Amino acid sequence: MSMDQALQTYIEESRGLLEEMESILLRLETEPQDEDTVNAMFRAAHTIKGSAGLFGLDAIVSFTHVVENVLDKVRDGELLVNDALVELLLKCCDHIGLLVTIVAEAGEALDTEQAATGEALAAALKSMIGGAGVLDATMPAVHEARLDASGGGQLEGDNWHLSLIFGRDVLKTGMDPTSFIRYLSTIGDIVSLVTDDSALPGLSELDPESCYLTFEIEFKSEADKQTIEAVFEFVQYDIKLRILPPPSHLAAFIDRIEHASGNTDMLGQLLIEAGILTSHELDGALSAQEEMMGQDSGAKLPIGEVLVKEGVVHKEIVDVALEKQRQIRDTKAQEAKFVRVSAEKLDELINLVGELVIAGAGASLQAQRSGDVALHESTSVVSGLVEEIRDGALKLRMVEIGETFNRFQRVVRDVSRELGKEIGLEISGAETELDKTVVEKIGDPLMHLVRNAMDHGIESAEARVAAGKAAKGTLRLNAYHDSGSIVIEVADDGGGLKKERILKKAVERGIISPGQSLSDSEIYNLIFEAGFSTADQVTNLSGRGVGMDVVKRNIQALRGTVDIESAEGRGTTVRIRLPLTLAIIDGFLVGVGKSAFVVPLDMVLECIELPETDRRAADTRNYVNLRGEVLPFVRLRDQFEVNAAAGKRENIVVVQYGGQKAGFVVDELMGEFQTVIKPLGNVFRHLRGISGSTILGTGEVALILDVPALVKLAVAREGQMTEKAA
Amino acid sequence: MHINVQQENGVCRLQMEGELTIYHGQEIRDGLIDHLAANNEIEVDLGGVSEMDTAGFQLLLAAKREGTRLGKVVRFVSHSQAALELIDLYNMAAQFGDPLLIPARP
Repeated sequence: MSMDQALQTYIEESRGLLEEMESILLRLETEPQDEDTVNAMFRAAHTIKGSAGLFGLDAIVSFTHVVENVLDKVRDGELLVNDALVELLLKCCDHIGLLVTIVAEAGEALDTEQAATGEALAAALKSMIGGAGVLDATMPAVHEARLDASGGGQLEGDNWHLSLIFGRDVLKTGMDPTSFIRYLSTIGDIVSLVTDDSALPGLSELDPESCYLTFEIEFKSEADKQTIEAVFEFVQYDIKLRILPPPSHLAAFIDRIEHASGNTDMLGQLLIEAGILTSHELDGALSAQEEMMGQDSGAKLPIGEVLVKEGVVHKEIVDVALEKQRQIRDTKAQEAKFVRVSAEKLDELINLVGELVIAGAGASLQAQRSGDVALHESTSVVSGLVEEIRDGALKLRMVEIGETFNRFQRVVRDVSRELGKEIGLEISGAETELDKTVVEKIGDPLMHLVRNAMDHGIESAEARVAAGKAAKGTLRLNAYHDSGSIVIEVADDGGGLKKERILKKAVERGIISPGQSLSDSEIYNLIFEAGFSTADQVTNLSGRGVGMDVVKRNIQALRGTVDIESAEGRGTTVRIRLPLTLAIIDGFLVGVGKSAFVVPLDMVLECIELPETDRRAADTRNYVNLRGEVLPFVRLRDQFEVNAAAGKRENIVVVQYGGQKAGFVVDELMGEFQTVIKPLGNVFRHLRGISGSTILGTGEVALILDVPALVKLAVAREGQMTEKAA
Repeated sequence: MHINVQQENGVCRLQMEGELTIYHGQEIRDGLIDHLAANNEIEVDLGGVSEMDTAGFQLLLAAKREGTRLGKVVRFVSHSQAALELIDLYNMAAQFGDPLLIPARP
């Protein structure tokens, strides 16, 4: 990986971490702080700082360092999280983001104003932690704090603590505890020794050949744990040995754990690697764990708990090791979770898959024609696999919309403060997936809609209370899949759109003529016209009449539609409908004369035969009675001027889009077909009713129908006909 | 191992000679039990103990305790070097409560 690429990765990673920090901060505002979230935040800052150091981005390092110090204090509980701190830290996140953009990405220095902002923030942070002295608070301080906690009680002085519990039969094997204790004193000083004789029975019950004594020894030695353990090698099967390291080693152990190689994520192995546990001790603990499980017939106790329970390792050390283990697992999980692939490679793959689908369709067609059963069978297996590959390849591009939604937490928070309104954001359907390119392009229009809803939609607290609503307004972002498209809703529980005002304004602006009769949805859609704003008050957020028309254009550029639903006094919902993916669809192949057309399968509801009576009447009306429902239809033969006589029978393909049904009258139903969308050239851009083309297995071209446009057309025509009739 | 028994003014004097070890454990234990049953006060002379191990140590400790339990007196006197060393190693002089002549540690 070249330096440039590495830097790029760093920039991306930093942005992700900043986003994470921001969402944690916003959460801290409403939820009580817990150790995990604060830790996560600290680690994020730490990572940004550390990697910046790697690239020599000193500006980022020095600023982030101050942030990190504050977070460290929060982590240690010395600093409490309050609104002011969250506010400050949010600004710091912004500043780090700025630094990443300017210093890391563009390779420039901050201008004076930006630098001043940074200094002001740093000063504010420093005042939070009380002076510059805190800057020196580096990691060792933390260790000392931990040491205090582990002192006392079990350990006094800087000694090893040994506890020897000899087996009953140790004397019979010719071993005597005295010899081990004497040997022990050759590798260090026995500071004190306490003999525990509580197990000694009365003289008459006493078996002179059994050992009833246990010993607790304070031992001063430079030897390491393995050496001390080796003293008791000869009795290792007849002794329960616990060796607790001296407190001064604790810090060293903790240090060693934190710098462990990360080759293993097993707690026991981790401790052995750090020289805290001997493998013999681990074996003992493992069998103790088995035993405990047998006794309670319950769940297996974590090995860490067993080790502490057995007194083999200090709890503090186990805690540190567990944290390290979690880190190692996190890294591993992340390594396993994500592979960075350039978008180009992905597009190439999808292109190839597209070709594969076409070639596969050709092969199956040949197989079908040849009448060779075995060949037919194998091609059908192949096409099944191709289908899976296609779905998998397309899924690679799919991302959850939640990330985009979450960005609005901050927007809603900031804007509501600015406006002096109390507004909460509710997010649902965050797991709904859509194409990455679509996600990237939908951010701006959404931003407009959200700001608009907060500014104009939701009333002030007083007005809300007067209207009998809760003082706190609610903004809802919702997403779901609906017949081959994704629907994104931006809803507020505000005052709703006022029809009269919109109409008045539209007449004023000359968008409509007075006396023109419009349906509700037509009136609402007027606000998407250029230069339209009904807000009484123009704020710096919205109300300037630019925005809504841009929103509509942006969405249309994505082949999407937008519509509005509103109830006066109860709120407004803006619904954006976008195609899920841009490359491959499941199609339904139909024939008219010699031409073939493809209807996106997920929009097809059913197929029915056009009854003879309706066929005859079809010249005068463009609808049929579908089980008591009026179904407008379009004759594809007429629509696309196919010059071929109608067949004996005609069929209707019933499709649905955006809550409206319509029928397409075709000659032949040819079944499902995997379709790779080839965009039409620029020449055909203005063609109505066709959204693309595809190549059939036979090499023939089929046109893909633009269902939304055709449905609209059918509904409109039906409406006109009815009006004329009336 | 050899135990000399002497009665003197209602005190039973036991003089231990030789190894106070696991090899003679059973024998020593039975002896101690018998004498404890028959006497109210026992004085054990450890001057002749040439060697003492954990098993022997346990026996002495148990005898002392047994005496306390029965309300009798069990006293150890004139500890030999071997006995002293072990009691010192186990840091158990206080448990016996007998006056000891502890040589200065080298």
